[in-house]
This record gives sequence, structure tokens and C-alpha cells, in this order.
Amino acid sequence: MIPVGFDYERPQTVDAAIALLAEHGDGATVLAGGHSLLPVMKLRLAAPEIVIDIGRLAELNYIRVDGDEVAIGAATRYRDLVISDVLAAECALLPAVARTVGDPQVRHRGTLGGAIAHADPAGDLPAAVLALDGTVVLRSPRGERKVPITEFYTGVFSSVKEPDELVVEIRVPRTGATGWAYEKFTRRSNDWAIVAVAVATMPDGATHLGLVNMGGTPLRASATEAALAEGKSIEEAAALAAEGTEPPTDSHGTPEYRNHLVTVLAKRALKTASA
Amino acid sequence: MSILGTRVVRTEDPVFLTRGATYTDDLTDERLTGALHLTLVRSPIAHATITSIDVDAAKDAPGVVAVFTGADCDLAPMLGFPAAHKAMLRPFLAVDRVRYVGEAVAAVLTEEAYQGEDAAELVDVDYEPLDVVVDMKEALKDEVLLFPEAGTNLVSGMHLNKEGRPEDFFADCEVVVSKEIVNQRVAAAPLETRAATAFWGEDGRCTLFLSTQNAQAARDEVAGWMGIEPSQLHVILPDVGGGFGAKIGADPEFALVGWLSKKVGRPVRWNESRSENMTGMVQGRGQVQTITIGGDRDGTVKAYSLEVVADAGAYPRLGVALPMFTRMMAPGTYDIPKVWSTASVVATNTTSTAAYRGAGRPEATQAIERAMDLFADAIDMDPAELRKRNVVRPEKFPFTTKGGAEYDTGEYAKAIDLALKAADYDGLRAEQKRRREAGDPLQLGIGVSSYVEITGGGAFVENATVQVHEDGTVTVLTGTSPHGQGHATAWAMLASEQLGIDVDKITVKHGDTDLIPKGAGTMGSRSLQTGGIAVHHAAIDLVELAKQRAADVLEANVEDLVVADGSVQVKGTGAAVSLAELAGREELKAFHEWDAKKPTFPFGAHVALVEVDVESGKATVERIWAVDDAGPILNPLIFDGQRHGGIAQGIAQAMLEEVMWDEEGQPLTGTFADYGIPSAAELPSFDLVTMETPTTINTLGYKGIGEAGTIGSCPAVHNAVIDAVSHLGVEHIDMPLTPMRVWAAISEAAK
Ligand SMILES: Cc1cc2nc3c(=O)[nH]c(=O)nc-3n(C[C@H](O)[C@H](O)[C@H](O)COP(=O)(O)OP(=O)(O)OC[C@H]3O[C@@H](n4cnc5c(N)ncnc54)[C@H](O)[C@@H]3O)c2cc1C
Repeated sequence: MIPVGFDYERPQTVDAAIALLAEHGDGATVLAGGHSLLPVMKLRLAAPEIVIDIGRLAELNYIRVDGDEVAIGAATRYRDLVISDVLAAECALLPAVARTVGDPQVRHRGTLGGAIAHADPAGDLPAAVLALDGTVVLRSPRGERKVPITEFYTGVFSSVKEPDELVVEIRVPRTGATGWAYEKFTRRSNDWAIVAVAVATMPDGATHLGLVNMGGTPLRASATEAALAEGKSIEEAAALAAEGTEPPTDSHGTPEYRNHLVTVLAKRALKTASA
Repeated sequence: MSILGTRVVRTEDPVFLTRGATYTDDLTDERLTGALHLTLVRSPIAHATITSIDVDAAKDAPGVVAVFTGADCDLAPMLGFPAAHKAMLRPFLAVDRVRYVGEAVAAVLTEEAYQGEDAAELVDVDYEPLDVVVDMKEALKDEVLLFPEAGTNLVSGMHLNKEGRPEDFFADCEVVVSKEIVNQRVAAAPLETRAATAFWGEDGRCTLFLSTQNAQAARDEVAGWMGIEPSQLHVILPDVGGGFGAKIGADPEFALVGWLSKKVGRPVRWNESRSENMTGMVQGRGQVQTITIGGDRDGTVKAYSLEVVADAGAYPRLGVALPMFTRMMAPGTYDIPKVWSTASVVATNTTSTAAYRGAGRPEATQAIERAMDLFADAIDMDPAELRKRNVVRPEKFPFTTKGGAEYDTGEYAKAIDLALKAADYDGLRAEQKRRREAGDPLQLGIGVSSYVEITGGGAFVENATVQVHEDGTVTVLTGTSPHGQGHATAWAMLASEQLGIDVDKITVKHGDTDLIPKGAGTMGSRSLQTGGIAVHHAAIDLVELAKQRAADVLEANVEDLVVADGSVQVKGTGAAVSLAELAGREELKAFHEWDAKKPTFPFGAHVALVEVDVESGKATVERIWAVDDAGPILNPLIFDGQRHGGIAQGIAQAMLEEVMWDEEGQPLTGTFADYGIPSAAELPSFDLVTMETPTTINTLGYKGIGEAGTIGSCPAVHNAVIDAVSHLGVEHIDMPLTPMRVWAAISEAAK
């Protein structure tokens, strides 16, 4: 439970962090909240040569309205999402999802950017941002680019982010205080989701569903969304929630069970969101 | 007024809650200056032959002082349980074969702890994988052998019933129900993992600081393994952070630490990581049981049969013995005319098993309590009613059961009635009916358990020394070994009662084999009825001694003397001499060895209420009403604390916990993210009902309460979850009752 030795840098600016990333290449790893990175380092499943700590960069810690969107700095902690007045009014799904992550200690350390970058298909926030059709803002020595989250994930723990790119911001549409729901199914209160379903009502009135742990990446329940768009009932639409998914097998669930569970959770989430 | 029975706040807690306890790894004893840190290289493979081990690179790594393998270790392989097959020996470091993931293969000693993990990675072990057997029933087939030289995986035939079950065993029964059920493997997972620290003195003796539940047994066991006299070993227990049975006695690593310290001539420290603990520390339960119950439609149970296959893990330890308790307690609280049982203990490529809160008895209770529900279901009788009809009636005590136990005292039907009344059982059944009729997705389940268990069943003898000092303080020495239970408070209360000296002037010492050479430790809920009673008698002896001495000082007759408020007083006059003053004149100390001769049998009944979401399969424990009768209550605060912890562990086994391996013997529950330790959020608040039926085997009537909560709650919750879905056709679901299992059972029943 002791990591392999590593160097540690705590740059004072985003630019300095990006320069360090470029300098050290593949040997470098960004440290944000550390709540995914440090456990794997302690288990020696990861052994970076240098850890670049961005967790305390004020530049990356903000939540503000920016046009039609809410912009959130990558190093914003879960806890700050939970207590944000801006989010409560402008995109209430995010704080509700953040509130279900781990326990208070985890929520005081873990960051939104870390959760998005980590690309864990069992993570809560990626599916929520996916339901919201959010955008990931990446910066590197080559400049900044905005990647729609629908194009961000490529597989388990992998995304289109290049090793020298830093996630600097997450942008989500202003979906308001209502029309959302999050059904997270766990055995224990502070567990990861066996399956979870996030529902967002978009500014154009469309209903989106983001699925946790139903495949190698966060997924949308496209068949359910299409059925709802055609005016099908919640029950009929929710019954399609497993279509196109490839849920994993582990001790908590077979694919068969997850395929069932996702329809139950989708039904409940849709009912809550439309209430 | 007597202090016994009052809620004295635990005197040990301020330190635990403020600066923290001093565990073995926290020791700053100057004799440990310059200690080396031990890191064990452990097998990542469940079953393999070791073809070579290359330690050269590790030896050259920074901070490495020495690396040892099995070839370097001259400790003779040990047999972890006397009655186990003599060929099932365990080397202290694996030599040519590994038998489970986590087996120690090489020992790395470094100057600093962090250097150990780096160096351990450099030890290059070549393994040639062998076939693996994880499943107990597969192992019984002897197709894959762990010890080819034994020719069998059967660890012991000691629990086999040589007389087979009679052909006509169930012939007179109108209804017979049979089921195979699993009592799954669980991990003790104490907050403090295992630890040992050793140094050798100039006098040639080894001092070993250990995290264990009984210093004296650990001393004898470790000395035996190290090949030295017990007198050459001084075992000291710093604070011990929980054990739950898994820290009974000694682990082989302890002897290795002592041996290494001698070998390199420096102190050696070892404190395992949580990951290491989840495969290295002994685990509990692990039985496959075939239960068969028969009787008549009027609710008379006539015959019960229990066939057990118990998992010893790769190397035999105390787990080999436990089916003895399972068989002994097979009939539970019931007066069943015919009871038959047998058990086989088998080796598998998994972590060794030993005691875990209840140790053999919960397995018996789970089996009979599931059997009672299955039978009630089959004859369509209320399960509480069926139980009340069949329990041993109060006038029959002392009652010798068909399991061979002699139950001392009990009022089983009364306990059930108290629990039912507290729960408003009829009201719950009415609400259950309403929800069933409404087709509510949230169905209610009500589970009842009636239980009796053995406490103080391992070692009957315990000793205590009580000494009053000239400053008026008191020292109590005990052979029991608290690791969270609160003996410092409870033993002080017992001494205070006799001496009239405040508990905060009384210090309880334990766990130092030079100071207290004899003692059996804390396990099997034995402490109060053995060690506590010894303190009680030692304090009485001390009072008698003080009176004899005071008679001279006060020039009075012994019969006219009483001890109160810390002094010996002459009845009716003002004349008195304090115990402190007497101690100033001459050492004032009494030693008492108490032999309880027998165990006691605490009992009770639990009612659990669960809600099952039949769409998702998720079950939630909503309430639990517990009647736990362990005789008179010495300190209600401690008593209820034991029940809380016990109930939590019972619920956790029913709902959450299971140690798992894949078919290759790879652990699937090596971290707390995977292993289902409960938190407060998974538990209901506990409704505790008081009932106090004294035992006749000791003067104060005390029985043990340490394990009762676990034994009562687990079957009540198990039964409740199945009850919630029984109207959907579900008869049984194995623990833990995960959402997927409950959902699968409902789906299967619907087919
Ligand atoms: C006990 C426990 C319980 C948990 N429970 C849950 C749960 O229920 N649900 C859940 O979703 N998660 C859970 N988590 C994980 C938690 O949410 C993590 O905090 C989160 O997944 C990662 O965020 P972080 O800020 O801690 O990232 P870190 O651990 O610091 O980093 C994770 C990865 O992302 C990279 N990274 C981080 N920030 C950036 C960035 N700005 N740009 C580029 N790369 C970056 C790192 O290099 C690393 O590879 C739990 C964790 C623990 C320890």
C-alpha cells in the first residue's frame, strides 16, 4: 500500500502545469483530488515518474454562468458543486449527482475535472455531463480545444484527451432547477453505482438519459430518448433503456441483471423528472 | 447502593477517542530503536509449484538488509490444528508449493518500511500453476489435492458421524423438507490489521509485542514454533484494535518475526496492509449445509438432520474445530426428539478459517432457523407460532439436548413473546398483507429467530489478582484480554463493589505474560463469566484478608468487621482502618483462580422487519427488535454496545458480506471497495428489549453477551427477506441477500 517513488510538482498556474506536462510526456500524471489516482498508485497499478498537482489551482476552481452555459473549472470539488447556488438554479442535476459520490471525505477532495478525465464507466459525473450534452475544454501547448462529451470517451478509462492535454473546464447547458432526476443503485450508501440513470430535460424540451456502468463508457439510452420523442409513455420508453448497451459482469451484477435494473431505474428517474 | 448493573461510562474511552490508542505499530519503546521492517512477498497464485526464487536483485535494492526464502528458514513446518491430518503442514515461508493467494514466500527486511515494498517487487519467483480447487464440494472429491502426500483433502474426520443416519429417521413425519444452504465465508476485518514486533534482550529472551486476543496462548504457540521454551518468550499486548475471533492465539508470521530478529540481531517490526489482511488473516464461517426437517401438520417437529461441509482453507487452523459447536448446537432452542448431524472439514485453495464472532454456533442457528421457516411454510403455519410450540419448556432445565449440550437456564418462549410484542408482530403482519394485496413494489418481510448459544465454551478456568496499594489505588490483573470490550471498566466495577473504592482508582492490567503468566484471553464471550467472576472472588478474598489484618489493628473480632468506602470498619463503632493503610503495613493482594467448570447458554429472540423492492431486488433492513438474555447485566452501556456491534455484524452477514474468489482462486474482495463492510447507513436503529435469566453456574448469574447479537440477528434478517418474497414463490435465497440474488430468485420463481 506504498506507491513506487515519484517526483512531485505543484505549479502555480495552468500554463506552468501544461509546460510541465509537455516537458515530462508519458511519465507525468496530473493529480487533482487524488481519489482515483492515489488508490491505484498505492496498489502499484500506476507508477508515474512525476505527479503534477493541479488540485489547488484557483484558476481552475469556479462555477459561473457564461452565455447559454454554465462553465465549471476542472479542479472544482464535488462539495462545491453540491453547495453551489448557481448550479441549484441553472443546472440542478449536477449537484444532485455530485451529492451521491462516495462519502463526505471523497466529496471534499474529488474534482469534476478528475472525474471526467478519469473516464471510469462506473463514475457518476461522466454520465450526468453526457446526459446534459456538455463540453470538455482541453488545453495543451498546441492551444485549446472543445470536445463535445458525446465524442470524448473512447473506452474504459480512455478518452480522446492527449497525454499532454489538461482538462481545464466543463461546460453544461443551463437546464434550470427542474426536470431532472438521478437514480443511483448501490448496495451500500457510499458505494459506486451498480447501475445509475441520469435524466436531464434540455432547453429545447428533449429528455436525455445518461447511463452509468452499462458499457465501457458512459452511454445514452438512445432508444428510450427516441421513444419519448415519439410520444411513447414513460413505461414503454423505459423498457428500451438497455438497448445498445454492453453492461459489464462483476460480483454485483450480471449483464442480464443490469439490463433489467436499467429499465427499472429509467422508469423511476423519468417519473421523478416529469413530476 | 450497588455499582453492579449501573451505566458506568467506559473509563478506557477518553484515550481511544482523543489521542488514540497505542497499537503495536505505534510503539516507540526505545528497545525498538533501529528496528528493521518486514515485508512479505506473497503468492499471487492460488496453487502452484515454486520452480525457482531469485532474490539477488532484491538484496541489492536500497535499504535492504536481508532477504530470506523458505530454503533459508529452519523453523519446522507447523500443524495449525492438532487434530488435522498430519501431512497438512504449513511452512513459515513456502518451500516448493503455494496453496492460496497470499501465502508468504519470501521475507524482506529493510531499514525503512517504504523500501520493503520496492524490494519485494524485485523478488523473482517462478511459479508453475497447478489445478485449483475453491469449491468445498469439489474439494471433497479429492480430484485436485492440496497435499498429495495426504492423499485426501479431508482435513479431519473428527466430526464425521460414524453411525449413519437411520433409514427410518423421518418415517414418522407427515411432512419432510430439505434444502442445501450456504453459510458464506466472511472476513473479520478488524480496524487494526495484524502486527508483531520483536527484539531479543541480553538475557537471551525474546520480547514479542503482538496484536492478539490472548497473550499467554500466543506465547506458548509461538515458542513452540520457534523451538524455544515459553519462559524464553515475553509477550506483551499493546492496545489491540479489534479481533472478532480472528486474533485468537498466534499467526505464523509472529514466529517468523521473532526468528528473523534473532537471525539478523536487530529488532523487527511487521504491520500488514489492509490488502494483505484481506487474504492473510484467518476468516470465518464457510459451510455448505444440508438441512432436513420433518414433523406433523399440527406443528410438531419430530426429526432434524444437519449435514455440514466446512471449509478449512489451505492450511488447517482453528476452523477445523468449529463444526463441533455447529453440531452441538444443531437443535437450537427446540426440543426435537430426533437430531442427527455430521460434518466434514475440507481443504481448499483459499485463506485459512478460524473463529469469527460466534464461531460455529451461528452456523447452527442459521441452519435450524431456516429449517423452521421452511417447515412453517410447508405446513402453512405462522413461523413464530411454530417456534413457540417446539422450544424447550422452562420446567425442563437444566436440559440435555440431542446435540449433547447441557443448557443451564432458559425461557425461550417468553423471549419470543417479548420480541413479538415489542415489534407489534400482528400489526406488522397486517401491513404486510395490505402491501401484498395492493401489489406494492415495496413488500414487507418479517423474520423471527429464536436462538441459544454457548459462551465460555472454550476455556473454563481464569484467574485474577487484586491488589490495594498504599496510596489507595488498586491494580487488577486479569488473564482475559480486552480488545474493545471494556474490561477496564467492568472489572473495576466488580472490584469496586467489594472494596468500596471508586472505579477511577482501579487500574486493570492484562496481556503481559511476565506480569500475568496464566490466562486464557478473550474469546467465545467468556470474559465476564470466567475472568470477571475471578475478579469478583479475588476481591472477596482480599476483603477477607484485609479483615484478618484489621482485626489485629483494630483489636476487634473478624465477624464484627465490614469493608465499605475503602476501609475496614468495626460495625456500630467509628473505628476503622483504610485498606490503603493496611497495604502500607504489608502487601495487600489476593489471587483467585476460578473454574467455571461448564459453559453457559445465553438465548434470545429477534424480529426483523425488511422492505424489499421487488422490481430491483434490493432489500433494506428497516427495524430489528432484539431480546438478548445473558443473565443479569453488569453494565447496561457495555452490554448494549456488545449487542449493537453484534447485531450489525449479523445483519452484515445476511445482507452484505462475502469473501469471494474466482475459479482460479483469485480473491475478488481484497479491498473495502469490494468487500461489504456495513456503515451506519446500512443499519436500522436497534430496539433492545431486556430480559435477564441468571445462570446457575456462577454466583453472580452472568452469561456472555459478546456474540449473541450476531447469532440472533443474522437468521432473523435472512428469514425476513425471504418472507418478503415468499408469496411470489421464493423458498430460499443464500446469503448475502444481494439485490441481484433476490431479483434472480423472484424471476426464477415466476417462471
Ligand atoms: C472511497 C471512494 C469512493 C468513491 N466513490 C465514488 C462514487 O460513488 N462515484 C464516483 O463517481 N466516484 C467515486 N469515487 C472516485 C472519485 O469520484 C474520484 O475523486 C474521481 O473519480 C476522480 O477525481 P479526482 O479529482 O480525485 O481525480 P484524481 O484521482 O486526482 O485523478 C484521476 C485521473 O484523472 C486525471 N486527471 C485529473 N484531473 C485532470 C485534469 N484536470 N486534466 C487531465 N487529467 C486529469 C489524473 O491524471 C488521473 O489519471 C470514489 C473514490 C473513493 C476513494
